[in-house]
Amino acid sequence: MYRVLEKEVLALKITRLKVDAPKVASKAEPGHFLIVRVDEKGERIPLTIADYDREEGSITIIIQEVGFSSEQICNLEVGDEFLDLVGPLGEPIKTGGYNKVVCVAGGLGAAPLYPKVKSLHKGGAEIITILGARNEELLILEGDFERLSSSLYVTTDDGSKGHKGFVTDILKQVLEEEDVDMVVAIGPMIMMKFVSQLTKEYGVKTIVSLNSLMIDGTGMCGGCRVTVGGDTKFSCVDGPAFDGHLVDYDEQLRRQNFYSKHEQEVKDHVFGGEGCRVNEG
Amino acid sequence: MKGKKVKMPEQDPKKRVNNFKEVTLGYTEEEAIKEANRCLQCKNPLCMQGCPVEVDIPDFIALVAEGEFEKAAQKIKEKNNLPAVCGRVCPQEEQCERKCIVGIKNEAVAIGRLERFVADYARGKEEIEVIGNQDKGKVAIIGAGPAGLTAAADLAKMGYEVTIFEAFHEAGGVLTYGIPEFRLPKDIVKDEIEKIEKLGVEIKYNHVVGKIKGLEELFEEEYKAVFIGTGAGLPRFLGIEGENLNGVYSANEFLTRVNLMKAYRFPEYKTPVHTGEKVAVVGAGNVAMDAARTALRLGAKESIIVYRRGEDEMPARVEEIDHAKEEGIRFELLNNPTEILGDKEGFVKGIKCIRMELGEADDSGRRRPVPIEGSEWIMEVDTVIMAIGQRPNPILLKDAQDIETTKWGTIDACDESGETSKEGVFAGGDTVTGAATVIEAMGAGKRAARAIDDYIKNLRK
Ligand code: FES
Repeated sequence: MYRVLEKEVLALKITRLKVDAPKVASKAEPGHFLIVRVDEKGERIPLTIADYDREEGSITIIIQEVGFSSEQICNLEVGDEFLDLVGPLGEPIKTGGYNKVVCVAGGLGAAPLYPKVKSLHKGGAEIITILGARNEELLILEGDFERLSSSLYVTTDDGSKGHKGFVTDILKQVLEEEDVDMVVAIGPMIMMKFVSQLTKEYGVKTIVSLNSLMIDGTGMCGGCRVTVGGDTKFSCVDGPAFDGHLVDYDEQLRRQNFYSKHEQEVKDHVFGGEGCRVNEG
Repeated sequence: MKGKKVKMPEQDPKKRVNNFKEVTLGYTEEEAIKEANRCLQCKNPLCMQGCPVEVDIPDFIALVAEGEFEKAAQKIKEKNNLPAVCGRVCPQEEQCERKCIVGIKNEAVAIGRLERFVADYARGKEEIEVIGNQDKGKVAIIGAGPAGLTAAADLAKMGYEVTIFEAFHEAGGVLTYGIPEFRLPKDIVKDEIEKIEKLGVEIKYNHVVGKIKGLEELFEEEYKAVFIGTGAGLPRFLGIEGENLNGVYSANEFLTRVNLMKAYRFPEYKTPVHTGEKVAVVGAGNVAMDAARTALRLGAKESIIVYRRGEDEMPARVEEIDHAKEEGIRFELLNNPTEILGDKEGFVKGIKCIRMELGEADDSGRRRPVPIEGSEWIMEVDTVIMAIGQRPNPILLKDAQDIETTKWGTIDACDESGETSKEGVFAGGDTVTGAATVIEAMGAGKRAARAIDDYIKNLRK
């Protein structure tokens, strides 16, 4: 079960896996996510569904190595299996009834954005895509977006490809020139914050998707909480997509750093030799 | 001889706060026989009326007194599918033992301890039950917690083909993610679940019904009836300032990290948990005691219960409160949190409380706490755990809008049968009652199993 069918390294430390999960694929919609676990001692890791193929019974995920657990997933090879895979979780986003949508991705955000763009496109919307990354090497899915978009802009922090600067530079231009009825922005918290600030000025509806810390993904722990419009919401059941103008980004930025010390400990432990913890009570 | 219960040995409090091993150690054979002999073997045993799953208490105790421990275990198993669990976590003092005649003048017979002894004795010795054909039809159970497991086991014994759909990667529900190892060792839970699987029950993990599969689909797949035992999984918070700071947990999250994900063995197990030096737990139920005692074992120097009412109003079992006190948990009673304070990185650094006094009795019969004006003070802590209860989980109900709910969001189900407003759908446990006890959930599962049997029999007519 949950066997890796295909593997492709998209960029430095960014891997795409296609996984056999027919039941999940049959119910997946844009905006849904999964929770996976690689082995008995592993964390439960939430991952957005980057694509799904109902006929083939597969789902696609894209992972960036940022710590021990994500590295473990990236190290899976074709034929390997996930120990656990649960989904589809979360609320799908509405993709029908739009005329012109600007889709903004920062870095790995392109992965969760992709199924939404696909579905918006299918729903008849014209798509303008802005892909941002730190440098050219970290750009992913450019070709996939190109096929679905009437225009595609690339920005990089270092200018190695496209516009040198931020996605918001281009977005501002587009909002000036075009009559847009929605912006979907997925990427680092700080990017979503600035995108939302900008679109608010223009009064354009904005959807963002949060990658909160999660355990169960079913609303039972509250670890994924986020303040939206002054109310506490649970990202896993109320989101992960929210109205970008209402999210408290600073709180989310802070919550994301909750376990950064622990992440270092995991690294030290693994490099120190798995299982040889000296101070075990 | 009738005087007091035979004492059950326990781990020394000073030692046990440094480990996750079980606190109470269980009777020896001699102790069990001695205790069993305190039972009067009443003709009209009132204790049985106090047992939600109707265990034949005097009969099993008589077998213990004769030293027939395995037979005693079988006797309990006729009615109770999880005896090793119940012997540990049931509030016997409010149920069977409360009705015990011996208890009128002396201490009641230690029915719970005896149940535990018998179940532990029989562990690994029992023969696998051979069951007849499971050809009466398919029944789906949603949630592998105490209610679901009980309903599943009873239905399997009656000859139904039972499938449990569980959202997590392990079964047991609150027995697995909620109640800590030191109160209910997980290998005991696993054992009991394995026995239920041996009855022919299939457990499908990682299945969130309402997401991967809807209720309607279950009926299309020829399940004749569905039992919902999804528990009360949506934690409450107080709604005060600072509740989303780093270091504020729901008890559910804190305990799930530690119990299910084994954060107490971090970093070998990769799920982290943050405790720091000082931990405040808000609430005074069993879950609050579990969280406070867990925090100590994770290395907190101080673990404090913060509760807005007084000592007598604490809802936890006396035994749990006593254990917590022995271990050095500090109690800040008659204190209500009004704000959680954070440092500039957004981590908890303190909790602001206002002192309370007890006023008139409220609807629940408990005296209502009233704030004392101007009495705010700040308790410095690194972690705050909210153990103030929970509401029912909404995922399944979102998908099945035709199931009626109460104004509290719980499923509106008949107490006796578990029947809901939707034909063929039954419900029981915390999802119906709101947070209650393991044994009450088991009782509801048991009653629903009978009602489901009746329902399916009538379908065939
Ligand atoms: S992840 Fe536990 S409630 Fe959302």
